[in-house]
Amino acid sequence: MRLPPRFVHVAMLGALWTVTLVAVAALIGIVGWVLAKGLPSVTPGFLFSMPQASGAEGGIASVIAGTLFIILGAVAIATPLGVGTAIYLVEYTRESWVTRVIRYGADCLAGIPSIIFGLFGYVFFVITLGFRWSILSGSLTLALMSLPTIIRTAEVALRSVPQGYREVSYALGSTRWQMVWRVVLPGALPGIVTGIVLAIGRSMSETAAVIFTAGTVLPDGIPHSLGASSRTLAVHFYLLATEGDPETQHTAFATAAFLVLAILVINVSAYTAMHRFLARFR
Amino acid sequence: MTPIVEARQFGVQIGGNAVLREVNLGVRRNEILGIIGPAGSGKTTFLRCINRLGDLEPSLSTTGTLSLDGTDVFSPGTDVAALRRRAGMVFAVPNPLPRSIYENIAFGPRLMGTRSRDRLDEIVERTLRASVLWDEVKDRLHTSGLKLSGGQQQRLCLARTLALEPQVLLLDEPCSGLDPISTAKIEEAMQELKKQLTVVLVTNNVKQAARASDRTAFFLMGEMVEVGDTGDLFTHPRDKRTNDYISGRFG
Amino acid sequence: MKQDNAIRLSLLGLAMSAVTALAVITTFILKEGVPVIFRYGLGAFLFGTEWKPTAEPPIFGVFAMIAGSFAVTAGALAIGVPVGLGSAIFLSEFAPKKVAIVLKPALELLAGIPSVVFGFMGMLVLLPFIRVHLGGPGASVLGGSAILGIMILPTVISISVDALRSVPRSYREGSFALGATGWQTTWRVTLPAARGGLVAAVILGMGRAVGETMAVIMVTGNTVQIPHSPLSPVRTLTSNIALEMSYASGEHREALFATGVILFVIIMALNTVANTVARLGKRA
Repeated sequence: MRLPPRFVHVAMLGALWTVTLVAVAALIGIVGWVLAKGLPSVTPGFLFSMPQASGAEGGIASVIAGTLFIILGAVAIATPLGVGTAIYLVEYTRESWVTRVIRYGADCLAGIPSIIFGLFGYVFFVITLGFRWSILSGSLTLALMSLPTIIRTAEVALRSVPQGYREVSYALGSTRWQMVWRVVLPGALPGIVTGIVLAIGRSMSETAAVIFTAGTVLPDGIPHSLGASSRTLAVHFYLLATEGDPETQHTAFATAAFLVLAILVINVSAYTAMHRFLARFR
Repeated sequence: MTPIVEARQFGVQIGGNAVLREVNLGVRRNEILGIIGPAGSGKTTFLRCINRLGDLEPSLSTTGTLSLDGTDVFSPGTDVAALRRRAGMVFAVPNPLPRSIYENIAFGPRLMGTRSRDRLDEIVERTLRASVLWDEVKDRLHTSGLKLSGGQQQRLCLARTLALEPQVLLLDEPCSGLDPISTAKIEEAMQELKKQLTVVLVTNNVKQAARASDRTAFFLMGEMVEVGDTGDLFTHPRDKRTNDYISGRFG
Repeated sequence: MKQDNAIRLSLLGLAMSAVTALAVITTFILKEGVPVIFRYGLGAFLFGTEWKPTAEPPIFGVFAMIAGSFAVTAGALAIGVPVGLGSAIFLSEFAPKKVAIVLKPALELLAGIPSVVFGFMGMLVLLPFIRVHLGGPGASVLGGSAILGIMILPTVISISVDALRSVPRSYREGSFALGATGWQTTWRVTLPAARGGLVAAVILGMGRAVGETMAVIMVTGNTVQIPHSPLSPVRTLTSNIALEMSYASGEHREALFATGVILFVIIMALNTVANTVARLGKRA
């Protein structure tokens, strides 16, 4: 039997509507659930006081500080590498086997699961280089993970600067580096910053790669050196969540809600900034 | 006196195609040389070789010689950035950088290391006066160059180029998108400027060449067909192709 | 010119960072993991079903974990691919413009939600539901598949929508002009034309599912066994590494690296296939 095409079309349209609603409901449902359960406990007192009783009581101030240090470290390492790579690819070379190798490397790096980064960071930074479980080891590992994101977004941003600006700069007697530094980079800056912000969002949600490199020590004060071990918010939440102790659940929810909210804010601002930036040149 | 720009048997190939063939042309000091010819005749390529902006096309190669003030611009030791300051260029489409009027003009001097505010102020005023824009923008030097009208933007680009203190001014169809009043202002500026420097004016507009240039060269399909005093060339062209072009039979 | 070359060389040095990192990571994982595989025997390691790392002598067989990763990933694809592709087709072909403009970025933003949050939701809501209504311990292949199936949605949807949108409009117009309905056009013209990109989307989603660790630990029970039903608890390759890393030493640690090597090989193969398919799709 062959169904009439019109009927099939309408039936499929209904099915597509349904699966889309399922997808949206599932994703938004999870976010809404975490926020609803956790946000009421996210008070200034929770954010600005130190954890007590292994995190079951008190706040997350020291964890927030540890997260900040680890992520700022990662960004400080990955930004020069990533932006430098993008400048090389866009301004200093033509397409060749070298650029293909560089892009292939970045693509592969982007595809490596975070647990492998964790494993590598553990042997290489923690043990071989002797950095131990520390903010430094965590930053270095996250920097490697962020590199492909920063390279890719910076490349897009540099390419979106109109070619005419480069010509003008040359015609006014600038060297290539003066052209890059004074004309192209200022033009591409918003896009580059967006990429960095996206990388920050990814790093904040990362668990497997940091748990083996920055360790699980719950700092009882603001970490004071790169060599100190510290949890990130995601790791703190994971440990609270898997303790299976109902006592810790409300702090787990509160931590999760704060983490999700922070990541959403970061991603939304990066996303809108990127769109505004790209629209500027159209 | 030797010509300021001199092409001898000068040819250009891009990706294996000959874009210019055996051009012999000397540009005299303190003249306005108009270059006319249909699209694809190689006139813009010629202009972009004088300041080596053609280098941006990686497959470009040259034969013969092209010299600026006696030195070969394609010799391996050429300091390209310095060359481009000596041969300043204004493009067909007004293209201010996305910054203020003042900063657009200060861009070139700053590259050279000029920091003194007084010196920069002086350069900005002098070049804006020379490009007949000063009176229109003197009260808003720190607003974006992109906020000006098309004709004003092009005069800003001219001022920006003059700030380099070039020996030769390369104008690549500078009035192609402009209204008659702006065009007149740019032509007025050119007449004043030729007292200090030499102007090479590439134009699609035959009438503009007739109005503004002292001598005119006609390019066709990569060949320099003829060059002569503007009056002679337009009234008694030696070559039939020139006659066909200026009388509007093709192009 | 000299300065230009110096800058070019320094930038090339920076540009080598990604490739160097990849090379160093690969070398270290292989160096730490491969010797134990060959000492122990490739066949015994890959196909052994027993994992007793602290026994005397220890037994290292990762077959159960390979089976576990396979089962959970297959389940995740069974849930995530129809829903993901369906949503992508809807968003690109049929959704009212306003709906698509809101939903696509919203779905992409949700890609940033930490996987541990998905795992937590699974633990507290999904697993009890499975235990009560379907039986078994709750933590299971099904639990892992469901959570991963949802987690890969943003990846699958976003890449698929881009693939569908890159099909030239003239293809669709040609089909409509011949009297085809919207669905016929999608099924016979648009989907085949976007095939390469859609396959790449599925493979990248698969890579994400195979590589996910913490969320999976939270919902699959982590028992080393070859799953015999969707309700059996299992352990995946990634969980195996994460669960034992903190206390492993000596040969045991090497065996975890060896598990990493297997994972690494699977992921690299998936990425290469995805890249090739996407490239071929573009060329066609």
